[in-house]
Amino acid sequence: MTRPTTLTPAEAVSRAIRTPRHAGAPAVVAFLTGGFPDLDTFVEHAVAVSQVADVLEVGVPFRDPMADGVTIQRASHTALDRGASLARILERLRARRGELGCPLLLMSYLNPLLARGLERLHDEAFACGIHGFIVPDLCLEEAEEQVARCREAGLAFVQLAAPATPDARLARLCDASSGFVYAVTMNGTTGGAHAPADPLPHLRRVKRHAGALPVCAGFGISTADDIAGLQGVVDGAIVGSALIRAIEAGQDPADFVRALRPAASRQETSR
Amino acid sequence: MTSLDPNPISAPPQEHARPDARGRFGAFGGRYVPETLVPALERLERGYAEATASAEFQAALVRELRQWAGRPTALTRAERLGTAWGCELWLKREDLAHTGAHKINNAVGQALLAQRLGAKRVVAETGAGQHGVATAAACARLGIPCRVYQGSLDVARQAPNARRMRLFGAELVPVDINGQPGTLRAAIDEALRDWVSDPDGTYYLLGSAVGPHPYPRIVRDLQAAIGREARAQLLDATGQLPDAVVACVGGGSNAIGSFHPFVGDREVALLGIEAGGDGRRHGATLTRGRPGVLHGTLSYLLHDEDGQVLETHSVSAGLDYPGVGPEHSFLKDSGRADYLSVTDAEALDALQEVCRLEGILPALETAHAFAGARRAVTDLRDRLGRTPRILLTCSGRGDKDLGILEDCLGTGEATR
Repeated sequence: MTRPTTLTPAEAVSRAIRTPRHAGAPAVVAFLTGGFPDLDTFVEHAVAVSQVADVLEVGVPFRDPMADGVTIQRASHTALDRGASLARILERLRARRGELGCPLLLMSYLNPLLARGLERLHDEAFACGIHGFIVPDLCLEEAEEQVARCREAGLAFVQLAAPATPDARLARLCDASSGFVYAVTMNGTTGGAHAPADPLPHLRRVKRHAGALPVCAGFGISTADDIAGLQGVVDGAIVGSALIRAIEAGQDPADFVRALRPAASRQETSR
Repeated sequence: MTSLDPNPISAPPQEHARPDARGRFGAFGGRYVPETLVPALERLERGYAEATASAEFQAALVRELRQWAGRPTALTRAERLGTAWGCELWLKREDLAHTGAHKINNAVGQALLAQRLGAKRVVAETGAGQHGVATAAACARLGIPCRVYQGSLDVARQAPNARRMRLFGAELVPVDINGQPGTLRAAIDEALRDWVSDPDGTYYLLGSAVGPHPYPRIVRDLQAAIGREARAQLLDATGQLPDAVVACVGGGSNAIGSFHPFVGDREVALLGIEAGGDGRRHGATLTRGRPGVLHGTLSYLLHDEDGQVLETHSVSAGLDYPGVGPEHSFLKDSGRADYLSVTDAEALDALQEVCRLEGILPALETAHAFAGARRAVTDLRDRLGRTPRILLTCSGRGDKDLGILEDCLGTGEATR
């Protein structure tokens, strides 16, 4: 942090994961579905959650979310039914950009991004406080152009690593990733209840291949205990479906994220 | 009588050797899937290459196609219908194949592949239910547990097929989307979710020439038996190639299987017929969509300006899909094939004409091909200056549609 102005957005994401608000605990990447439960409430949530999370991930709702489970699909449909779109989500984020307390990643299936225009999106990203992209259906082989374009712009392009990913492929995947490497804990969709008996060997394997790049674990992580169990294994945890369920249940999302911290450090929320 | 090709999956001529190594048909196709599925797709690609190189696999496929599935299917001259429409009309009778549609060609081939790859279970999606029935039957024959996802709207409107799947021992899972009765698109969403949770033990037996590489290629290769047989049968019967090959297009598997062996015959027009629905709501992806990514492939797609996939409608469940196989997108953009859409009403009208004049009850999907051919005759005759010779793929039989036909047309009793 000696020369913060020279950090690229991708580096800012890496730094936020590596030096989380709560030293000694894994960083928390909080996922919100854009426009859920409605556009106004969403952007309030985004600002509030960004004050307690280390990185904020905003998902662009899509009607056919191949990698997501029922919770995020339901939230996506609700958001779309209430008028959410990539354009409107960007508009809200742009208006509140100065109030965001942590780096922001945009998660989207490819088609809404293509419809907006990838080049245009990269120009817009800076204006909206977007530090990079996660595109779950753009696998390594199809992502070359995106990876190159993001690298040039200094934006993060986060690759996902699955338990099924062979070692040789994992190495290439980590090379192509920026911001962090997203280690998927299990085969399946987000929010899955059936975490594998022991995801740690896979997570350690990803960590080994990632080198200097931080690693965050995602899929099926919902409690403070889940996150505490990752301490010393990976650098951060991504919490999505559990946060959406909390919002559905009427809980305050920032409180929910705060409660994911180790009990001793829940009060120290300033960086 | 045309015999079966001893190598049912044969390499196409070099100039048509598509897709490329990345699964591209020109700009279309590819593999847009979550990382979890990539190793499984790579395994499938290798497994398929090894299977096609294996004489043993090809022999097993020939045996099943001949002894069990009823190939080769007949080529029928439709004299009365041809006279009524002013053309020489030949029907490739996939409705006579086992389980009543071309879907069996693909289901048998992929079920054998699943067995070869050691799959513990098979999952499939289905629209009209023909692919579900074919997959359930093939899995029953090979002793592989099978689960089929079908939109709950389609389970209801194609009830006989739902019953057949269960009789074959398949587990049929009706799919809703956002609390609404689902169609084929929702069934594919759900089948993909199932597969992603067990990519190693589960074989996803995709039913159309859609989805991520290598599915569009595998399905096309297995369905190309339609066009290869028909081409040889027509040459036997007339000594001539057709002036046009006509087939209906939902995902596009019977059409690509019909077209592919004719792609090199530049003088043969290729005409795909899409679902025009009620005019307002439709499934006419190639004629009214624009390129986009859905279900793992880049192809023409019905989506809005935000990239959200649109709801479709067709009287025919098998054509009620917002996407289309990437090879059709390539054939359209390269100008090699033409696509047009016909409405529900036109399809229903053509269906009745086929019934009365030829004693054949085609599926509602197939009825679109008939309606499209009927409309195309004038153009073909004007262009050729003579009576056109049309080869039409009669992709399936309409027994499954009796309920819908009763709703749309009445029982036939009342009008007497």
